[in-house]
Amino acid sequence: MDQMLSLFNTYTAQFPTIWMAIKIVLLPILPLIIAVAFYTLAERWVIGWMQVRRGPVYIGMGILQPFADTFKLLFKELLIPSKSNLFLFRLAPMLALIPAFSAWAVVPAGEGLVHSDVNAGLLYLLAMTSMGVYGIILAGWASNSKYAFLGAMRAAAQVISYEIAMGFALVGVLIAAGSLNLSEIVRAQSGNLGIGEWFMWPLLPLFVIYLISGVAETNRAPFDVAEGESEIVAGFHVEYSGSAFAIFFLAEYANMILVSFLVPLFFMGGWLSPCPESWGWIGKGGPHWLALKVGIIAFSFLWFRATFPRYRYDQIMRLGWKVFIPITIVWVMVTGVLVYTGALVPNA
Amino acid sequence: MTFEALLFYFFAAVMVAASLAVVTLRNPVHCALSLVLTFFTCACLWLLLRAEFLAIALVLVYVGAVMVLFLFVVMMLDIKTLPGREGFTSYLPAGLVVATVMLAELIGLMGARKLMQGGPVRDAATEQGLSNTEWLGRALFSDYILPFEIAAVILTVAIVAAVALTLRRRPNVRTQDPAQQAATRKQDRLRLVDLPHHDGSKQA
Amino acid sequence: MVDNTVAIAISMADVRAMLPELFLLAAAFTILMADLFIAQAQRSVTHWLAIASLLLTGALVWRASGDDSLARSAFGGMYIADQVAAVCKLFILGSTLLAYVYARPHLKPRGLFQGEFYTLTLFAVIGMMLLVSAGNLLSAYLGLEMLALCSYALVALNRDSPLSSEAAMKYFVLGALASGLLLYGMSMVYGATGSLDLGGIRAMSSSNLLHPDLLVFGLVFIVVGIAFKFGAAPFHAWVPDVYQGSPTGVTLFVASAPKVAAFGMAYRLLDNGFGTPALWPNWAAMLSVLAVLSLVIGNVVAIAQTNLKRMLAYSTVSHVGFLLLGIIGGGADGFAASLFYATTYSITVVAAFGLIVLLSRAGFEAEEIDDFRGLNQRSPFHAFLMLVVMASFAGVPLFVGFLAKLQVLKAVIRADALWLAIVGGLCAVVGAFYYLRVIKVMYFDKPVADAPVLGATDAGFRLVLSGNVLALIALGIFGGPLLTWCMRAVAAS
Repeated sequence: MDQMLSLFNTYTAQFPTIWMAIKIVLLPILPLIIAVAFYTLAERWVIGWMQVRRGPVYIGMGILQPFADTFKLLFKELLIPSKSNLFLFRLAPMLALIPAFSAWAVVPAGEGLVHSDVNAGLLYLLAMTSMGVYGIILAGWASNSKYAFLGAMRAAAQVISYEIAMGFALVGVLIAAGSLNLSEIVRAQSGNLGIGEWFMWPLLPLFVIYLISGVAETNRAPFDVAEGESEIVAGFHVEYSGSAFAIFFLAEYANMILVSFLVPLFFMGGWLSPCPESWGWIGKGGPHWLALKVGIIAFSFLWFRATFPRYRYDQIMRLGWKVFIPITIVWVMVTGVLVYTGALVPNA
Repeated sequence: MTFEALLFYFFAAVMVAASLAVVTLRNPVHCALSLVLTFFTCACLWLLLRAEFLAIALVLVYVGAVMVLFLFVVMMLDIKTLPGREGFTSYLPAGLVVATVMLAELIGLMGARKLMQGGPVRDAATEQGLSNTEWLGRALFSDYILPFEIAAVILTVAIVAAVALTLRRRPNVRTQDPAQQAATRKQDRLRLVDLPHHDGSKQA
Repeated sequence: MVDNTVAIAISMADVRAMLPELFLLAAAFTILMADLFIAQAQRSVTHWLAIASLLLTGALVWRASGDDSLARSAFGGMYIADQVAAVCKLFILGSTLLAYVYARPHLKPRGLFQGEFYTLTLFAVIGMMLLVSAGNLLSAYLGLEMLALCSYALVALNRDSPLSSEAAMKYFVLGALASGLLLYGMSMVYGATGSLDLGGIRAMSSSNLLHPDLLVFGLVFIVVGIAFKFGAAPFHAWVPDVYQGSPTGVTLFVASAPKVAAFGMAYRLLDNGFGTPALWPNWAAMLSVLAVLSLVIGNVVAIAQTNLKRMLAYSTVSHVGFLLLGIIGGGADGFAASLFYATTYSITVVAAFGLIVLLSRAGFEAEEIDDFRGLNQRSPFHAFLMLVVMASFAGVPLFVGFLAKLQVLKAVIRADALWLAIVGGLCAVVGAFYYLRVIKVMYFDKPVADAPVLGATDAGFRLVLSGNVLALIALGIFGGPLLTWCMRAVAAS
């Protein structure tokens, strides 16, 4: 009896751990799904506006469009190719979605507004985003279709290539901030100069490369050869229908929103105000500033899609390996020199 | 049993099962995926030991990059199932005997009871009040600078070796030179020719 | 707030102690880059640059070994610069230099005369130098891997030959397995002693350990790893394939210098790390088994070979058996005898393969023993050179091989293992049979009708080769100074 009691006590003592786990799973998901739904609407508006089309603005400004899309996808029949690998075919969408959501655990929305304020947050992010590619290649392989397979191969090679440049860009951030903790990285960008303290100025090449690699990493236009409608129909998810397709869709857009958060956090001062702190209320940081910056980056994702033609596959590889990686390596060294000479002071 | 111990047994069980699957499954893609699962659970075990840098690096490097390339190759080869393992059953008894003897030796040599009395594990990082990642970084760039740099040279050698063995300059291969393509001017491709009208007069 | 300045542990003293390696590293990278801009017709520039950097490195090693102001260990004990390391390094550099000279005429007509050959061998040399200077299990392992990685690639250099690829594949798979075993053993040793530093392991192993058996268990795997790198039976499966499969120019290199490096590794691990009187019987017993197996298998199987490269491979296995005899003897004398054996063997074997190169030409490899039929009638001088090499291998008195065998047998007898000495002596007699057969073929058989003429080699090549072979006689008669040098080096370290 005593033993059982002590066992019970230890479990309740561990209960916060479980509670934390539930929080991590629950909180980002609902807002994220809603955000994705309206992001698709925004995409139609923005691209329609840029291409001088009307877009879905007929009924109630199109507000109902995301719901119509969602319900259509959910109620459609789930087709499974008869020669596919059933287990992997079903597993793939989940493998795409899980990393896309779990990465959010360490993303802060404001001072202290973070699920898990871990020390190695930046590494964790890199690890999680690098795992998303499994969903894509498994989907492509399990479908037993040439188009899907080609799309999967393209996606895998592309994601791995750009991950290197992305990782090196983050090494620069790490050196400049002196910490792997995302909140610390944001705090390292605070100071009297406001916008002038942000890492996007001393790390300008890394900022640009990270932004572009983020677009490539999420397989978005102009780097969307993995889908390439005009060449390989729709790439890795060509055999998926209904809710399975919806999950891939959700994962892709969740990743886009994630990158839209990460770019401001790493390079644009996160939740800090662009104005100097001495300017009173306008100089105070807060989640609203982060929301504004995320909006800008998310908008530019749509802007890229509306204005750039698709890159050819070999051009994508060339850009990743022969242009980005050398530049990032050089700039990591430059950052090191800047820190060494005291031009940049890490806060750790 | 604490919550951590429960987690440990869960991850350990998954890891053992997954690593068995790596060597017993017939479909190479399934084998590779089982290996991914093995790495991932191994990373989880390391996290339980508070070695967060190693755990995340394992996921980042092996799960995120190496195994993806591995899968890439396995999928490209398009082997649906491995051929039956010839001689598997005939070698099995011998293999089992060797494995059992090894295990018995290991347990006997170390002494199961003695193993239990190992001293408390020291955690150098917490002793110095540093995070695991930071401590590793400091150790690598101070005490272990020489092996660290040798490892860097070894990686360079690996690149040189890989290039030496795979780069072939085959003749008659049609390739593109993007710089040349981009530098093309209108005059290179387009020639304006004056064609006479049917009545013989030149165009204006 | 944690202090953000990390004390980077590189002092000027460390750099100065390691200057030869650092210089060679810089040279290797320079050659790697410079070679990109050298046209194939001017590839000899790379050749001469590589030779020059080896010579300069040798000079630096020589100077550093006599300079008492230099630190004997650097980087917190990771790197050791003692006299044994200096002797090993000089012979590694020397035999690599000879390998470069002999390899060029062989690689050139076969389209293998590429910059990669030079960069990979230079990196392998750096790996070997680090290995023989390793003061820590980590640096020993990394040096070994650097050597191994370069060797795998070098063996596969002739990509279009299926034999080469097969050899490289076998070498790689077995090598990776051996590295795994070695690492496993090292982790056991670390678990038992809590130290990766060889000096620390030695100090800990004589103290009261919690798991002394664990240390011996780890030692088993370390010995296996060493045996694999030596190519000692029963871990010799890769040796014949690698010797035969790789281009002779590469075999030249793979067969010579790494043997000295393997000795250096054995010395570091077994003497510096596990050299306590309590541990010596453990590894000496293991090595005795390996040595007997190597002597018997190497000599007996070599008799059945018709391919000269394959025969030399099995003869290598038997020579490794002899080399191990000295290590089994242990102590300063035993290791000195083995050091002498390793160094002289490296220059003998490089000469043997040099002679194969000399008799080969484009489209023809003088690899079969039958290719040497009646060599005496075609070219008495070269037949004489081959005679010297074979006699030295066989251990005929007056040649250096005899002196070396004598030393290791003496070391074994001193260690009260008379039976090992008897096995060694018997095997030397068996070995003499197939070496003498080559001599018989050269001197008493008629040349076949389409006997090949000698390959096109320049005068410098012949001069170096002749000098190398004559050195075998010179060392056989006046080998004393080298022997005392080895003795003093081991005694001083």
